[in-house]
Amino acid sequence: MKVSIYRYNPETDREPTMKEYEVDTQGKDLMVLDILALVKEQDESMSYRRSCREGVCGSDGMNMNGKNGLACITPLSQVAPGVLEGKKPLILRPLPGLPVIRDLVVDMGMFYNQYEKVQPFLQNSTPAPAIERLQTPEDRAKLDGLYECILCACCSTSCPSFWWNPDKFLGPAALLQSYRFLADSRDTATEERLSKLDDPFSLFRCHGIMNCVSVCPKGLNPTRAIGHIRSMLLERGI
Amino acid sequence: MSIRTITFDAIVVGGGGAGMRASLQMAQSGFKTALISKVFPTRSHTVSAQGGITCAIASADPNDDWRWHMYDTVKGSDYIGDQDAIEYMCNVGPEAVFELDHMGLPFSRTEEGRIYQRPFGGQSKNFGEGGQAARTCAAADRTGHALLHTLYQQNLKNGTQFYNEWYAAELVKDADGNVCGVIAIDIESGETVFFKAKATVFATGGSGRIYASTTNALINTGDGVGMALRAGLPVQDIEMWQFHPTGIAGAGVLVTEGCRGEGGYLINKDGERFMERYAPNAKDLASRDVVARSMMMEILDGRGAGPNGDHVFLKLDHLGEEVLHSRLPGICELAITFAQTDPVKEPIPVVPTCHYMMGGIPTNVHGQAIKLSGGHEGEDQFVNGLFAVGEVACVSVHGANRLGGNSLLDLVVFGRAAGLFIEDQLRQGMTQYEPSDSDIEQALSRVRRWDESSGGESVSALRKELQSVMQNHFGVFRKGDLMAEGVAKLADLRERISKAHLDDKSKPFNTARIEALELDNLLEVAEATAIAAEGRTESRGAHSRYDYPDRDDENWLCHSIFDPTAKKLGKREVNFKPKTVDTFQPKARTY
Repeated sequence: MKVSIYRYNPETDREPTMKEYEVDTQGKDLMVLDILALVKEQDESMSYRRSCREGVCGSDGMNMNGKNGLACITPLSQVAPGVLEGKKPLILRPLPGLPVIRDLVVDMGMFYNQYEKVQPFLQNSTPAPAIERLQTPEDRAKLDGLYECILCACCSTSCPSFWWNPDKFLGPAALLQSYRFLADSRDTATEERLSKLDDPFSLFRCHGIMNCVSVCPKGLNPTRAIGHIRSMLLERGI
Repeated sequence: MSIRTITFDAIVVGGGGAGMRASLQMAQSGFKTALISKVFPTRSHTVSAQGGITCAIASADPNDDWRWHMYDTVKGSDYIGDQDAIEYMCNVGPEAVFELDHMGLPFSRTEEGRIYQRPFGGQSKNFGEGGQAARTCAAADRTGHALLHTLYQQNLKNGTQFYNEWYAAELVKDADGNVCGVIAIDIESGETVFFKAKATVFATGGSGRIYASTTNALINTGDGVGMALRAGLPVQDIEMWQFHPTGIAGAGVLVTEGCRGEGGYLINKDGERFMERYAPNAKDLASRDVVARSMMMEILDGRGAGPNGDHVFLKLDHLGEEVLHSRLPGICELAITFAQTDPVKEPIPVVPTCHYMMGGIPTNVHGQAIKLSGGHEGEDQFVNGLFAVGEVACVSVHGANRLGGNSLLDLVVFGRAAGLFIEDQLRQGMTQYEPSDSDIEQALSRVRRWDESSGGESVSALRKELQSVMQNHFGVFRKGDLMAEGVAKLADLRERISKAHLDDKSKPFNTARIEALELDNLLEVAEATAIAAEGRTESRGAHSRYDYPDRDDENWLCHSIFDPTAKKLGKREVNFKPKTVDTFQPKARTY
């Protein structure tokens, strides 16, 4: 099958190019990450990130035939119709909207900055008990669908609002984490957290486009989390 | 000196659970601490841990006792775990786990609001007399992910200085062998830098990628063990490799022991629950080495499933959709993705798969690296400036076989312990050893070798060959002649790898260069494993030999110590002197 990969090495290339490779899959429905490994055997200069190869570390977010996802848990059959059969090429590009360091490797700095801005750590002003802080199963269930984020950036880099204001709009991933702490019964910094979000950009640049939901490889729903934060801000305003 | 120097009080190499727990401890106390990680920390392999962290927090059972946990761990280790270290881990464990909750780790909960605990293999109440215990604290089946993200968040909060996507390539020592820091490469720019520190903490994780089939992440290439061995430092019990009973057949992806903890069980091709024959009491929750061997016997006796009869099944459907989706949601995802199997409806094809390195750099409970003492009994001698924690270390709490859930506990307890100890040393005034220019040149030589290579075999082909040698010659069952052959093949590979070729010499984000440097480390770990495995002439824990089928306490109730300079295997005493409880004496190990 044909694989077309975005190539750019700042040391030698004036501009990026798409390079074609021929890979023998023996008809198997391999994961996109397996294809990248086969390409790297042919051409070791092609760079990409990878680690766990099972969809939990978030290293290999990339754009596959136009859609963001994790290479390691995306089989060829799910990339686009015709790719597995070799009727269409597999087209791999770096995540959109972030500066490219080299090939499929993007500079995640802006993405991590926004994550850090939401103070993604538990804050509790009361002294810790000698055992764990008790939490009911119902309260704990409020964290499901939030804490599982793997920081792969598939969502934020598919979000037009983030493309436009990556420095001022926090983006779906950071906002999901913001809500993960707002929703935690053990966290007492709700007021400070909300006041930091109460400006025209940080949260309110979300226009509910929902690209984040459609690409999240973990099936999470940042738009819903953003909606919850909006409600909390509104209630606080009343 | 030709390269830039960056100076810290302490550097931690590796951003997994152990490294980030150590760096957190030191950063909280205001010491200038750097964490060097070849991946962004939340991409570290701790993220893949599923089932939980075993600890006697007395939630599932209010009468639970850390001493029972200690008994299980000593027995699980097949009696070569150090009892002082196991005592420390099990005793301090609850405090370390409660701290994780206070940091925000989203543990699953009981109706009482306490941390949820599930049964895991090798667990008992009342020193093996009270039946199965439920002692593994869990965040659904994503405990490692929850733990790793929590620790990263706390390090952010406390101002740890991260060098993410920096690759530590070599230890820097002075002429007397004192550790001064490491040489590291900024992967993004390609710059090589000397990190100078009073304390260097290795938290580089495991090396499962020496095997062709492994549950380990692609980054688990034994960088810390490789650096230590090249520096002439010994490794301990490195022949002890855990094969996890339930890796997804073909893919190698881990399926947590928590599945069996929740009531799942293994069946052969005839649908028989075969563990009842091998471990009549504990059955599917026997220790991992026991279950892995039983599965291999089923397969070798022709009761394996599939067209090649090369796997068995993990049956979960009887647990019901609700339990599976609430307690094991990650497993359901993985099984569908990697085995095209929905565990709600059908069993998952599984096979024992390389999972964990019990051996590593020998340390005491403070993480201080122990050096060869010349084979004499007596007090341990330490490598000044070097510490090791987590999977790269052999403290040793796992001995010849690690219990499920003890790895995450090991990470936080000993990451924390090393941090506490170094803090104290720094307060008292720790020496900064100064390397000469030639010491630094020496440490740079390996990086230079690859950068100057002009022909030879490719890294990817050699890596594949190495992995297949380890898979075929040093697997679940081992045999002297087959291992001797393997050792010879590795000697040949050493020769060829020393002449291998890096084609891409570019600087920015050159992952080919990193993979080449990792190959050197894979080779060091593989060779040490091979020589140690051939040298330990008995069967104990995960090390199981056809030609020496029995445990030999007379000769081998001891650690093995591999000396990389002589390429010889020596022995080191196991600690049988816990401080607050009576010694657990070796006895026959049945489940």
